Amino acid sequence: MAEQVVIPGWKKWFENIGDQVWFFFKFFRNIFTGGFEWSEFVRQCYEIGYRSMMLVGITSFIMGVVLIVQLRPTLVAFGAASMLPRTLAVSFVREIGPVIIAIICAGKIASSIGAELGSMKVTEQLDAMEVSGANPTQYLVVTRILATTFMVPLLSVIGDAIGLFGGFLALNLRDNMSFQLYFTKVIGSLEFTDFIPAFIKTIFFGFAIGFVGCYKGFNSNKGTESVGIAANSAVVTASLWIFVIDAIAVQATSLLFYN
Amino acid sequence: MEKANEVGIKDKPKSREDVVIAIKGLKKSFGEKNVLKNINLQLKRSENIVVLGRSGTGKSVTIQCIVGLLRQDAGSLKVFGEEVSEMSDKELKQLRIKIGFLFQSGALYDSMTVRENLEFPLTRILKLTDQAEINKRVEAALESVGLLEAIDKMPSDLSGGMRKRAGLARTIIVNPEIILYDEPTTGLDPITSREISDLILSIQKKYKTSSIIITHDMECARMASDRVLIMNEGEYIAEGSFDELHKSNNKIVAAFFKDIA
Repeated sequence: MAEQVVIPGWKKWFENIGDQVWFFFKFFRNIFTGGFEWSEFVRQCYEIGYRSMMLVGITSFIMGVVLIVQLRPTLVAFGAASMLPRTLAVSFVREIGPVIIAIICAGKIASSIGAELGSMKVTEQLDAMEVSGANPTQYLVVTRILATTFMVPLLSVIGDAIGLFGGFLALNLRDNMSFQLYFTKVIGSLEFTDFIPAFIKTIFFGFAIGFVGCYKGFNSNKGTESVGIAANSAVVTASLWIFVIDAIAVQATSLLFYN
Repeated sequence: MEKANEVGIKDKPKSREDVVIAIKGLKKSFGEKNVLKNINLQLKRSENIVVLGRSGTGKSVTIQCIVGLLRQDAGSLKVFGEEVSEMSDKELKQLRIKIGFLFQSGALYDSMTVRENLEFPLTRILKLTDQAEINKRVEAALESVGLLEAIDKMPSDLSGGMRKRAGLARTIIVNPEIILYDEPTTGLDPITSREISDLILSIQKKYKTSSIIITHDMECARMASDRVLIMNEGEYIAEGSFDELHKSNNKIVAAFFKDIA
């Protein structure tokens, strides 16, 4: 009987990296070749963007309220209560908003894409598309990755606005601050160098969420258990990528704008 | 033992064009497991071949190689006289338009209605844009499988037999010259199985298709086959008509036919 060949872990790791690079090139090649699936792209934007809005809105609102409640005692102790709107605005727009919203999207969107494509693989729908002569990468992958790349930044902007509004409500209830004063302080404290780099990094967050979801779903094994594994792995990997991209973006922004 | 390559094909094709699929010495392994050891097969125009064999003997792997979903390790696999393993992506895509593939589960796209499932190959592969023409072809395909009433239903609302029929309608809508059936009656009750077998026959007559049918259903094999191949451990061990193999003394062949009157 032939001996079972055990593939070393490092070789599997490199194979996986190679697969991901190939998947990445296949995605780019398919954006520009053949027809673009506009109707599927719009459907995905609706599914990914519109259907995530409630979750992003509630989370951002709570984050805004919680941040004000948590920051207030410390700033009051230093006699800097008037700095609350500025502190919230800068921290929320630069960092907390984009990262929290991206993590929420990774949980909701990457898992749903991973599970959807994984179950399509298990039920032979991907093979059916392939053997019919249609292009599953063009129809399923390109549309989903582009939809997340467009929608996550949009969700992030909406989430920022709702989070800042949540902060206002908390401040209004505690300190009776008017909306006009709060709004003036928030707008006055924000610069383009706060908003633009944060917006750009959400584009990369969106791409990572779509890419990881599609890759994990497309490359899941053919068993019902694999659907769960693909969804779970998509969330974990996408979340990890969000923090890696964030660390790189913070360093780059710091070098370009704040030094 | 009735070796397939020893038995040969009694009615030699008149010309090369009469053979739509020609497989010679096909081998395929997954790691250490040799799934296909030596596959030799010729499918003639308008012929239905039924492949019988135990699970895991490589029946599905063979038809996946035919459509280029898997690439063989050795041997020759020609479809319409062209070697599949040497085809470019574009050539493979063109070939796949001529080959219909009915999956075991039907493989309907579950986010689309039956109508959208059938429209998908028309708009993406045949690039049809005239909605009236698309509607006409969708309705005709569904009518030929007796499923017109389910045109706007979602796949989740269909029974197993209806899903197979809808999958078959999606397969025939582009008028393929060859249809590969992967266990078309598995998981269905005997009455629905018979309906599907009837459908396979009527499609062959109506569209003049050539077919390879992988099945464990002996009734389907009896009804739909012009020729039956028995597969065992990665190679065909016997070939003949259903009645010829029914009388075989080979132990493995006889095991398939033991419950047949």
